[in-house]
Amino acid sequence: MSYRLPQQSGEWIDRNLTFSFSFEGKTYQACNGDTVSSALWASGVRVLGRSFKYHRPRGVLSLANHDINVMLENGIDINLRADVLPVTAGMKLDAVNTAGGVVKDYLSVLGWLAPFLPAGFYYKAFHRPRLLFPFWENIIRRMAGLGVMNPKAPRLVSPKTNLHCDVLVVGGGPAGMNAALVAAKQGARVILVDENARLGGTLGYDSSSGLGPGQQLEQLCEEIEAHADIEVHLSSYAAGYYADHLLPLIGPEGMAKVRTRQLIVASGAYEQPAVFRNNDLPGIMLGSAAQRLIQRYAVKPFERGVVLAGNEQAWRVALDLLAAGVELAAVIDLRMDPPPAGLIPPAVLVYSGYCIYEAVGSSGLEGVWACPWDGQGNADQSRAIYIPCDGIAMSVGWAPASALLYQAGAKMKYDEDCQQFVPDSLPPGVHAAGRVNGIYGLADSLADGERAALGALGLSSVINLLPASQASHPWPLVEHPKAKNFVDFDEDLQLKDFATAAQEGFNNIELMKRFTTVGMGPSQGKHSNMNAIRVLARLRDEPIQRVGSTTARPFFHPVPMGHLAGRSFHPVRHTPLHGWHQQHEASFTYVGAWQRPAWYGPDKATAIVNEVRAVRHAAGLIDVGTLGKFELRGLEAGEFLERFYTGHFLQQKIGTTRYALLLDESGVITDDGVVARLAEDFYYVTASTSNAAAVYREMTRCLQLWGLEVTIVNLTGSYAAFNIAGPLSRQLMEGLTTADLKQISNGGAIETQVAGQQARVMNVRFVSDLAYEVHAPAQSILSIWQALVEAGQSCGLKPFGIDAQRLLRLEMGHFIVGHDTDGLTHPFEAGLDWALAKDKTFYIGQRSLKIKANKPLTKKLVGFTLPHPPANLPDECTLVLEQGRIAGRVTSIAFSPTLGQVIGLAYVAPEAGIAGKRFVIRHQDGSDVAAIVSKLPFSGAAA
Amino acid sequence: MKLLKCPVNGLRPIDEFAYGGELREMPDPQSCSDGEWADYVFNRTGAPGVKPEWWYHIPSGTWFVAERNTVTDMVERTYFRGEA
Repeated sequence: MSYRLPQQSGEWIDRNLTFSFSFEGKTYQACNGDTVSSALWASGVRVLGRSFKYHRPRGVLSLANHDINVMLENGIDINLRADVLPVTAGMKLDAVNTAGGVVKDYLSVLGWLAPFLPAGFYYKAFHRPRLLFPFWENIIRRMAGLGVMNPKAPRLVSPKTNLHCDVLVVGGGPAGMNAALVAAKQGARVILVDENARLGGTLGYDSSSGLGPGQQLEQLCEEIEAHADIEVHLSSYAAGYYADHLLPLIGPEGMAKVRTRQLIVASGAYEQPAVFRNNDLPGIMLGSAAQRLIQRYAVKPFERGVVLAGNEQAWRVALDLLAAGVELAAVIDLRMDPPPAGLIPPAVLVYSGYCIYEAVGSSGLEGVWACPWDGQGNADQSRAIYIPCDGIAMSVGWAPASALLYQAGAKMKYDEDCQQFVPDSLPPGVHAAGRVNGIYGLADSLADGERAALGALGLSSVINLLPASQASHPWPLVEHPKAKNFVDFDEDLQLKDFATAAQEGFNNIELMKRFTTVGMGPSQGKHSNMNAIRVLARLRDEPIQRVGSTTARPFFHPVPMGHLAGRSFHPVRHTPLHGWHQQHEASFTYVGAWQRPAWYGPDKATAIVNEVRAVRHAAGLIDVGTLGKFELRGLEAGEFLERFYTGHFLQQKIGTTRYALLLDESGVITDDGVVARLAEDFYYVTASTSNAAAVYREMTRCLQLWGLEVTIVNLTGSYAAFNIAGPLSRQLMEGLTTADLKQISNGGAIETQVAGQQARVMNVRFVSDLAYEVHAPAQSILSIWQALVEAGQSCGLKPFGIDAQRLLRLEMGHFIVGHDTDGLTHPFEAGLDWALAKDKTFYIGQRSLKIKANKPLTKKLVGFTLPHPPANLPDECTLVLEQGRIAGRVTSIAFSPTLGQVIGLAYVAPEAGIAGKRFVIRHQDGSDVAAIVSKLPFSGAAA
Repeated sequence: MKLLKCPVNGLRPIDEFAYGGELREMPDPQSCSDGEWADYVFNRTGAPGVKPEWWYHIPSGTWFVAERNTVTDMVERTYFRGEA
């Protein structure tokens, strides 16, 4: 049968647009605007899902995005919440976590085992014998969990946007709507966000409130829509609060990150369930859920129902049910006092001072046992009354939706009048309004929204409301010897589980949460925390304020992983010669973000040998445009470099280059490069590729620290460079420039024209004794490079990549910072004593070296050769042994085609570091390999 | 995500900045003892409170000092060193 009510104003469904969808293999009809739950409920379906632990049948509970027992999967997405998921035509949905379907879930036998599965059971039961744990784990993993992931689901890229506003209002109920309007009228740019498909909050479903259905709501909506400075985001929720007022809004399409100056949290309150035996049967729902079914979706919640009352709201729910044509069997009022006369029709039976002791039914509610009670959880069964019914609407209390406030750092206090946590102190720029603030009732909510808006804008307000004094009943929980009185619907926790936890000693809110798992399910305690705190307060005989609450961390509501996933965006840096390398079969490798040619040609091994040979016997070209390149200008530029690097630069002659060694304050080598002095007040400095950014950063920091008259310009990106090396390099260069290169052959630098382009040429002997580094603006480097390639075609010039470069520099005996040194290597160990100026008053690391110089050296970097190399060479980082103890390690090792033998660099004991001495390398296969210390550069290497 | 005020560029998201460590005054390397120097190089104050720190605005290459309360993670002021 259909539970759809006749058409009414304010309903969210469009009856002219209907379609069919399937749930658990059966087809149902829905109107446009229906959620899955409302459409199924309208069709008379009552078992919508199964609980997590005992697989008990569950139906509508909140209809407010918290029905976590009614989750669906559609083959792609999992754990879709049926209570808010809009139906679209042709949807095919199944309930998650069932075995054999939602109606006949055979795992519901677990309910019979419940007495044997007390709180903490899983922590204790399966640990002994330990051998069996994998067996149990396998079974539990299959039974636990919710939806089943589809690893073949398509990747959906969801957009991420950034928004900025003066005031962000979270919650589009009366308080939030009015706050947004007041703020916008004062000239603020406002974003108003609500998780529902429409604005209104309680105004949209609590129809007996205020001015009568719809009128006030329509007026507010019209005003908000008309205001240009209010941006409304519906079906979106603010999932968390991050520092300095950054809140991600999660909408159906993706995430918007909102940075706001002021935040108004008008997120309302979650209605809380009562706890009695079988309080989870389909048909038992929150009063507000019944109201939502009626007002939004025109669905009659049940035929013959009972209202369980713990506060004044219950009367409104009763009136709404009557208006919807529900036969109201009774109002069971937890409170002792009879209701005010004339509030509800005399025909309705009201049992004041009664509780529901037990609900009866198997897959749906069939009736309730109501008993008089003491208001403390104990029912008088001798006077029990049985009331047949198919629905219960529970209105017994609220808990604030205060996750964002907690995350922002608000302090909350428990208000005994209101029976609710309310903000005690709020951090700067954060405001609360409406129910989350303990303010109930339409007029008060509107006023509180206005107060919050004025406060957010720094304007004074005369409105000062106190939390509502219409208290809900403080103890809506009823004991039952047979239990199944659920406190937490996510985890099927029963009232007795909390007593067990306390008995075991877990009687602190944080410990109890972890032992019982209360509030750790998908709803994160939105419907269970408040009752759990009440139970704990009673167990400890303390006021609720002393027990306190746990803080829901971001995200306070689950966010689809796809909304969080990034775009796999990895920026890559290319030198201006990249296109040329591509055309010439370069194989690239990453050096930081840079892509550099590793070798040229199809076969790696032969390519590297040929490239090395070209450099040794003719000439080679390597793109070194990735080097850090800096210009230092100013009268104190020399002084700056003296302090920054270890060497002398003040007396450096114009037109010369010097080695630049950079240490940190502890004397550890951090980088090296070349300083060329091009004029009295002008130095050109290079740094290694991987340290370029860090060196520039440290230069600018030191500049501010030392306050010298120097300007540093970072040309790393705007300048390019290459190195031409080998016996024919001077000859080839001289064909393209008029400068006298002989003049700079011994560490010189010159600004000149090369191939018609302005360039800086330096003699840098890293890979070969005869080599020039040519630096030029990025736009002109290609033409110089091409001119050289053309000139060298006939004499065997080849481009070479960094694999050959590594080998060539090893032959030359040069170390690479970060490859042959580590985070503790100091210049004495690396044999760089010569690079340290002795007569300077200061350079970075000098004072630490003074201390180190007085301590015995523990290791030393040396070159070595292998007299009898194994076929499989020792790896880099294999150990160097000295009488069985670790003395050092290999940092570089390779077969040198030039020398016809295996060469390398290694740290050895200082006394062993003399040319001709032997030492032992422990090969990765466990064998010992003999090595001989060699002089550097390796003889015969330099061309 | 936090915002940090660069003295040149104003309030910017924290991921545009790099932390440069606590601002410490270097003892005179000529006159200090080895112990004083080692203390300067290796030891950092762990006590909570307002601390001057080096921060670097990466896109603009700006170093500055931020006085940050390490208890509340609130930055009280930012300025160029020497302009305090």
